[in-house]
Amino acid sequence: MDMGVVRSAVISNDVVKVEITPTYSGCPAMDVIGDDIKAALKAAGYASEIELILSPAWTTDWITPRGRKALEDYGIAAPLGPEADKDVLLNGKRIVKCTNCGSQNTRLVSQFGSTACKAQFQCDDCQEPFDYFKCLK
Amino acid sequence: MKNENLYKYILGIADNSLILGQRLGELTGHGPTLETDIACTNISLDLFGQVRSYYQYAAKIAGDERSEDDIAMLRKEREYLNVLLVEQPNTDFAYTMARQFLFDVYHFLLLTELQKSHDVTLSAIAKKSIKEVSYHQRFSSDWIKRLGDGTDESKAKMQTAINALWTYTDELFHQTEADKAMVLESIGVDVTLLKTEYYSKVNAILAEATLEIPNQNGFKKVEKKGFILNIWGIC
Repeated sequence: MDMGVVRSAVISNDVVKVEITPTYSGCPAMDVIGDDIKAALKAAGYASEIELILSPAWTTDWITPRGRKALEDYGIAAPLGPEADKDVLLNGKRIVKCTNCGSQNTRLVSQFGSTACKAQFQCDDCQEPFDYFKCLK
Repeated sequence: MKNENLYKYILGIADNSLILGQRLGELTGHGPTLETDIACTNISLDLFGQVRSYYQYAAKIAGDERSEDDIAMLRKEREYLNVLLVEQPNTDFAYTMARQFLFDVYHFLLLTELQKSHDVTLSAIAKKSIKEVSYHQRFSSDWIKRLGDGTDESKAKMQTAINALWTYTDELFHQTEADKAMVLESIGVDVTLLKTEYYSKVNAILAEATLEIPNQNGFKKVEKKGFILNIWGIC
């Protein structure tokens, strides 16, 4: 919900219909997310149908403040606005906050990180390597 | 098949990304550096994600017992509708990036137009994919500039790769009968209209990279007739 992946949930005839949308087209987590939703609803006594939708296309704007905080707590820097995002990914600007020590003395290591939605950064103060969630508009 | 033109049109787009994705996937664990390895395979993953949507749609249009996987993987070589550019091997990193760049610029222009398709599914896939492809284009353009405007050796290698792959770019703008039929129905993109913008974009990046724009004579005239090379690089 906080990532904006769950787009709608409607109960009709005792079946919960849930629409989910991928962050990136190739997101390998979609099947697991769908299965987890099904299992959670089953445990709560509901049958469910999961539908994968593509439109409207997912954007990082849909990540809620709570979602952003959860990302940061986990060690993933939350996305900046589109202009600032370009500055850090293309122009080497040091503004992404280190998720370990909070310093902005951080640099891009790789435009792609552990998954397509992230880039790899490193903090030059505490040396912590971390993922940055790229802005997607 | 009732909607054979639409089916073939979808495959024409999807097969390019599938084959390019396979080529990039070959670099898993074999990229020149860890970062470029991850980048190439992430781009591959984006492309596979996109083609899944296309092949699911193609399976629905075909309406027979074939699944998305059957359509993606169980056709004969000559039944694939990809352009030759995407199947060129990963000769070296300059070739890999030049191939990517020459395709990304085209792919971005294609998806820009495909977003306006009267077919809602194709329009939705295009709107989703273009966000990813704009990032691919940035990444590959960056490498063209970095290697082109780099050392003497990197420049020579990038120029060699661009010269070698240039001959395959014209095919991007060839239309099959299915393509033409889909353009008439406002479902497909008229790729012939993208050609001028394509070369002006490509040439601008090459100029920025201090590379020479290859002589435009002598394009390959093969038209989307499936693999000429074997996908695993065994010619």
